[in-house]
Amino acid sequence: MSAILSRSIKTKPSAARTTATEARLGAMTAGATAGWSVTAREAALARVQSMGLPQPRDEYWRFTRPQSLVQAEAPAAALFDAGEAPVFDEIDRVKIVFIDGVFSAADSDPLELAGVTIERLAEATSDIHWAKDLYGVLEERGQDPVERPLAALNTWAATDGVLIRVSAKAEKPVNLIYRHESETSDAMLHHVIKLEEGAELTLLENGPAAARFNKVLEVDVADEARFHHVRTQGRDHERRAATHIFARLGRESLFKSFTLTANGVMTRNEAVIELLGDDAMAHVAGACMGDGREFHHDDTVFVTHDALNCESRQVFKKVLRNGATGVFQGKILVKEGAQKTDGYQISQSLLLDGDSTFLAKPELEIYADDVACSHGSTSGAIDEEAIFYLRSRGVDASTAQDLMTIAFLAEALDEIEDEALREALLERLTGWLERRRG
Amino acid sequence: MRKGKNMLEIKNLHVKLEEEDKQILKGVDLTVEAGKVHAIMGPNGSGKSTLSYVLSGREGYEVTEGSATLLGEDLLEMDPEERAALGIFLAFQYPVEIPGVGNMTFLRTAVNAQRKARGEEEISSTDFLKLVREKAKSLKIDAEMLKRPVNVGFSGGEKKRNEILQMAMLEPKLCILDETDSGLDVDAMKLVSDGVNALRDEGRGFLVITHYQRLLDHIKPDVVHIMADGRIIKTGGPELALEVEQNGYADLLAEAQ
Ligand SMILES: Nc1ncnc2c1ncn2[C@@H]1O[C@H](COP(=O)(O)OP(=O)(O)OP(=O)(O)O)[C@@H](O)[C@H]1O
Ligand SMILES: [Mg+2]
Repeated sequence: MSAILSRSIKTKPSAARTTATEARLGAMTAGATAGWSVTAREAALARVQSMGLPQPRDEYWRFTRPQSLVQAEAPAAALFDAGEAPVFDEIDRVKIVFIDGVFSAADSDPLELAGVTIERLAEATSDIHWAKDLYGVLEERGQDPVERPLAALNTWAATDGVLIRVSAKAEKPVNLIYRHESETSDAMLHHVIKLEEGAELTLLENGPAAARFNKVLEVDVADEARFHHVRTQGRDHERRAATHIFARLGRESLFKSFTLTANGVMTRNEAVIELLGDDAMAHVAGACMGDGREFHHDDTVFVTHDALNCESRQVFKKVLRNGATGVFQGKILVKEGAQKTDGYQISQSLLLDGDSTFLAKPELEIYADDVACSHGSTSGAIDEEAIFYLRSRGVDASTAQDLMTIAFLAEALDEIEDEALREALLERLTGWLERRRG
Repeated sequence: MRKGKNMLEIKNLHVKLEEEDKQILKGVDLTVEAGKVHAIMGPNGSGKSTLSYVLSGREGYEVTEGSATLLGEDLLEMDPEERAALGIFLAFQYPVEIPGVGNMTFLRTAVNAQRKARGEEEISSTDFLKLVREKAKSLKIDAEMLKRPVNVGFSGGEKKRNEILQMAMLEPKLCILDETDSGLDVDAMKLVSDGVNALRDEGRGFLVITHYQRLLDHIKPDVVHIMADGRIIKTGGPELALEVEQNGYADLLAEAQ
C-alpha cells in the first residue's frame, strides 16, 4: 500500500519552482496554435505546469545546475568562427540548415531523398499528419519514471524542426546543420523521425545552434528498421544546450547514437531509449573533451528493456582538463519478463590534471532473473608508464599524450559503424587536441 | 687510441630514487664502443634495470653525481624522446601494454617522430608497410599481432619479439636489451638473437643485460661486466659469463669486498 502511495504522489511544485516556471512560460508562446500538433502542445504545457522546471536541488539535477537552461532570458553567447570546414563536408548527404533555430531553405538542399519524406515542422500544418502519433508522444512516455520538464517545454514551444518518414533504406545520410549567427538567440527545435519496417537512415547533426539551445529528437524505429545517429557539438565556446533523444525500438531493430562534444559551457544530453520488440539493439555512446573551469558536460541516459533478448550498450568517455567537469547518469532498467537482456554500461573519465571533476551515477534496476547486465565507472589519470614507453621510442610528450587520449576514447568512437564518419570525427578530435598543445 | 669510437660513456654515476632516500647506483663506470657488444650480469636488485631506465630518461630517479654521454652528448639533460632521436633504444624488461593504440600506428608514429627530430622526411606508407612486413616476418610476428593494440594480450615471448621489431625499425645507435631473453622459448631466443645480430655493425653499440649464458651463446659479447649493489664490480671477456653460469656470484662478490 505504502509503495503504491509513494509512487503516485508527486512532489508539488515549490514556490520557487512555480515562480521560475511561470517566468519562463511567460517569456514564451506556443509553437503553433492551429493544426495537428496543437493537442500535443497543450498537453505538454500542462505537463510543464504540473512538473515545474528543474531546480538546483532536484535529484536528477544533482550534478548539474539547471539555472542557465531554465531561466527566462538566454545568457548571451559570443559567435565563434572555427576557421575550418564543417565536420561532415566530405560526406555525400542531404543538408538541412537551421540558423539560430530557423530553417533556412536558401542554405539547405532540396528536401528530397528516395524512400524518405522530409518536411519542415513549421510548414506541416494540416489537421492530420502521420507525425501526430509521435510528436510529444515519445517525449511523454519518457517522463516516466523520471521527469524531464525541459523536453515537455520543447514540445509545447518548438516552432521548427524536421519530420522525417523513412520507408526504405536511405541511400545517403540526412545532415542537420546548425548555425549560430545571433549572440542572444534562444532556439528550440523538435525533430520527429519515423522509420518504417525494415527502413534505414543515418542522421548527422553538427554545428552551433544558438546561444541557448533546447532540442528534442523523437525516433520511432519499427521492426527490423535501423537508425544511425552521429552528432558533434562544438565550435561554440559559450554554448548552453539541453538536448533530449526519445527512441522506441521494435523487434529486431537497431538504434545507434554517438555524440562528440567539445567546448561549450553547459551541455546536458539526455537519451531515453525503450526496447519494446524482441531482439532489438540500442547503443548510445559519447566522447567528450572538456577544457577549463567553465566547461560542464552532462550525459544522462535511461535505457528500458521491455522485451526478450535485447542488447543495449552505453559507452561514455570524457577527457577533462584545467578544471572541467563531466557528469554521467546512466540507468539500465530491465522490466519483468525482459529475459535474456544483455545490458552493458561503461562511463570513464581521463583526468589530465588534478583540477578536473568527474561525477558519475551508474544504476541498474532489474526485475527479470535471466539477464546479463554489467556496469562500470572509472576515473583516472593518464598512464605514465605508457607515456614513458612512447617517449622512449622518440614520440614527443604531447604527441604521446594525444595518442593516449585518443586510445582512451577509442571504445566510444568504435561505436560509430561507418568508417568515413568515424574518420571524420577522429580528425575533428585530433585537431582539437593539437590546438590545445602546450 | 682505441679503434672503435666511444659510443656510450658513463662515469661515476650515482643515482637515487627521487621519492625516497634510497641510493641505487653507487658509482657506475662503463664505456661501450661503437661496434661492440657489452653484457651486464648481476644479482637481482643490483641496479641493472635502473641503469637502463636512467639512460633512457625515465622519471623518478635523481642523478646525484657523475655523467652519461652518448656520442659525446650529455644524455642526462635530455628528454626521453631526444635521447631516442640521438640513438638510445631500450628493449624493456617489462614491455608496457597500451590499450587502444594499434601496434602499426605506434611503430609508424615512432619512426616518423625520430625522422622528424633528425630533420628527415616522413616515411611513405608503402615503404613503411614493406619494411614492417619484412622485419616482422623474420621475427615470426604475424600480421594479426601487428594489428592489435601495443602488447595487449601478447604472451611474454611475443612482447619481447615486439621489442626487437621496434628496435629493428628504429635502427638505434645504442641498443640496451634488458633481459630480452627471459620468457623466450629456445626457438624464439634464436629468432631474437638473429634479429640482434643482424643489427650488429661498426656504427652501433649494444648493452645486453641478462642472467643467462645461453643468450650470450647466440649474441657473442666482446665485454662482460658484473654489477652488484649499484656498481660494476668486475669486467672481463666472454669467459666471465661462463664463470657466473657455473659458480654463481658468491666468489665474485667476496672478491669485490
Ligand atoms: N621505483 C622504485 N621504488 C622502490 N625501489 C626501487 C625502484 N626502482 C628500483 N628500486 C630498487 O632498486 C634496486 C635495483 O632495482 P633494479 O630493477 O634496477 O634491479 P635489477 O638489477 O634490474 O634486478 P633484476 O635482475 O631482478 O631485474 C632494487 O632493490 C629495487 O627494489
Ligand atoms: Mg631488471
